[in-house]
Amino acid sequence: MLRTAARSFGLATRAMPKRSFTHSAIARNATASLQTFTEEELMLKDVVSKFANDVIKPKVLQMDEAEVMDKSVVQGLFDQGLMGVETEAEYDGSNCSFTSAIIVIEELAKIDPSVSVMCDVQNTLVGTLVRKYGNEDIKKRFLPRLATNTVGSFCLSEAGSGSDAFALQTRAVDNGDHYVLNGSKMWITNSGEADIFLVFANLDPSKGYKGITCFVVEKEMGVEIAKKESKLGIRASSTCVLNFDDIKVPKENVLGEVGKGYKYAIEILNEGRIGIAAQMLGIAQGAYDIALPYLFQRKQFNTHIGDFQGMQHQYAQIAMEIEAARLLTYNAARMKEEGRNFIKEAAMAKLYASQIAEKAASKAIEWCGGVGFTRELGVEKFYRDAKIGAIYEGTSNIQLQTIAKLVSSQYK
Amino acid sequence: MSFLRTRLPQIARSVSLVGRQAPYVARNYSSMTYSGPSVTDTPPTSLHSFTEEELMLKDTVARFAREVVQPRVRAMDEAEVMDKEIINSMFENGLMGLETEADLGGAECSFTAAILAVEELAKIDPSISALCDIHNTLTNTVIRKWGNKDLKEKYLTRLATDTVGSFCISEAGAGSDAFALQTRAEDKGDHYVLNGGKMWISNSGEADIFVVFANADPSKGYKGITAFIVEKEWGVEIAKKEKKLGIRSSSTCVLNFDDVKVPKENVLGEVGQGYKYAIDSLNEGRIGIAAQMIGAAQGAYEIALPYMFERKQFGKPIGSFQAMQHQFAQVACEIEAAKLMTYNAARLKEEGKPFVMEAAMAKFVAAKVAERATSYAVEWMGGNGFVRETGVEKFYRDAKIGSIYEGTNNMQLETIAKIISTKYK
Repeated sequence: MLRTAARSFGLATRAMPKRSFTHSAIARNATASLQTFTEEELMLKDVVSKFANDVIKPKVLQMDEAEVMDKSVVQGLFDQGLMGVETEAEYDGSNCSFTSAIIVIEELAKIDPSVSVMCDVQNTLVGTLVRKYGNEDIKKRFLPRLATNTVGSFCLSEAGSGSDAFALQTRAVDNGDHYVLNGSKMWITNSGEADIFLVFANLDPSKGYKGITCFVVEKEMGVEIAKKESKLGIRASSTCVLNFDDIKVPKENVLGEVGKGYKYAIEILNEGRIGIAAQMLGIAQGAYDIALPYLFQRKQFNTHIGDFQGMQHQYAQIAMEIEAARLLTYNAARMKEEGRNFIKEAAMAKLYASQIAEKAASKAIEWCGGVGFTRELGVEKFYRDAKIGAIYEGTSNIQLQTIAKLVSSQYK
Repeated sequence: MSFLRTRLPQIARSVSLVGRQAPYVARNYSSMTYSGPSVTDTPPTSLHSFTEEELMLKDTVARFAREVVQPRVRAMDEAEVMDKEIINSMFENGLMGLETEADLGGAECSFTAAILAVEELAKIDPSISALCDIHNTLTNTVIRKWGNKDLKEKYLTRLATDTVGSFCISEAGAGSDAFALQTRAEDKGDHYVLNGGKMWISNSGEADIFVVFANADPSKGYKGITAFIVEKEWGVEIAKKEKKLGIRSSSTCVLNFDDVKVPKENVLGEVGQGYKYAIDSLNEGRIGIAAQMIGAAQGAYEIALPYMFERKQFGKPIGSFQAMQHQFAQVACEIEAAKLMTYNAARLKEEGKPFVMEAAMAKFVAAKVAERATSYAVEWMGGNGFVRETGVEKFYRDAKIGSIYEGTNNMQLETIAKIISTKYK
């Protein structure tokens, strides 16, 4: 549905054939507020919101308790064109802007952050990596599948390399017409549902991190799910340990250039964190949207609890912080689209949004009292889901490190 | 100001008795604790000093928690059910009648001893700690303080040796506004008939003795509220068990009373004074919750800190990065502050001094610190903090209840503000 709509809205006005990823070809309004969106972006927001409320919402609690993502929900994401948001139409994608992807992730997270992260990883890590660095052959072979029916996974972390990602040990050995991969990955999102894995392995440890290469690996080549983690939050999102035992990967499946994997990883995570910021934003908003109406239904001392001044000041404060997080996130997205350097702002957006998500969800539980503490209401889930924001795609300490480095470079 | 003038000579005396040479400096005592300082010939030790009995109990409970509770914590949490064997074990170890007199089968320990027991249990499992805390500081205490001889003999021994107790005040429409409760008690001559429903009742899944607050005379408003001791077999019905974020193995249920007959002898204290007993019990009960919270904070901290010195990234233990150091140092400060507030409130109560504000402050601060400390503990352990296997995320979930039950954070602030403002009005 989205793809046809996108074609009718977007393509007619843009210069073809080469579509720029950052849409730098589009005229931009330098005096508009961040509350301004294109018709396509707004339409997408509505589509996703409707999908989330109608299809996902009824299943959220049960998927969380069972720790399994419902297959029909995954299928729905593909059917709605949400798994290739930025992918070009020629590869069966929805051909939308980066901000569109951000909006999709946020809207999904307002209902279920687990579904949101599946969509986020698929789009901003897997899809974007293939679009930016894949040659035509790789793009043709994998982008349509990723956009229409195959879940993808981004495999960088290992047991011994989390924040120190480049200490990874998974080894790729050149065996003539193919590579052989050996090693293990940990904390891999979507891996329970994925069939396409972007695996970072070192082809030449003597070069240190400059041997790291990115490979497109298909599950049937021998990717083994060794363990599925039991988590605090985003429980329906599969997070697994993967084993590669003498996996043969054809030479054509190297993504981009040999030894440049580390660069791709850094760059992709820089923009991927705007996606996580959007997920966190959705979490904060989702929790807030459950609690606020409750404040005006629940009466104690013959007053709606939302009318007590103490409460008023609390929810006003949170509303402000969510707005600040939103502006940081959308601004980082627009900076990226404009082609500006956005690394610091992306790190700030993720850091701040993850803090606010936790704070807003925590407060939302408190505002709902005992009811907030029960799983039935649905607000406590956001509190559990929010916690991952400070950890994955770069811990909060790493974000602070990144920001500090960029800030201090101005003073050195 | 007049307080200062009468106190000054005495303070000077106590200063000289201790042999200090420094010139006396006048201080504005009105900015210190509400009850103001008291004068003594024997200065206090630090709050880290305890009686031999208190220390012995602390050690016993710590060992019990490690050996008996720890192996079962995760299983109980996942199943949302508390092990009967562990509860039995708590009775056998004398943990269920901590302040109850010895001749009634209790351990006859100090209030601080009970606080230490609650804290030690919470370092391992805040659910077990909640059961112990509510049973002791609410159920046992309200009967010990307001029960006549018969009721004390009839129930305190059972509560100390083999029967779990529950404290039933909250209802669907009466949370923070506890006195808006609707459960009705009708005088039928030689017995009362109770009708109504209670909500959010801890321990109710395991309890056989329920202290139930019902209104015997709604025309008097809250002055009709009366406390009754109700036995389960008289018809207390568990209507629903809640599914919770944290303290999952602690049973939290909706109770129904449908024409439950309660003998007249089971009125606790006086008819119409129930509201007083409720306020009184909750004032001291919140020191217990503060203890549970500092236990949870420390439990998470004790898992995360060793990890930070085992886990290496960028060639060194993550605990040796300066930012990490500053974070865990900050959290250690906050846990220490919360602990001191908790212990001090306990000592104030034991001394017979006003402690209501300090108890509210202790609970408020401890709940906040517990949330912060457990949140950081999860982050410090990275992905390993987020998985249930390592046990640290459980403390994060369990800590959240601290800002809600036995008086929400907002209610603590209300209480504190009210007491402070009496000085300025």
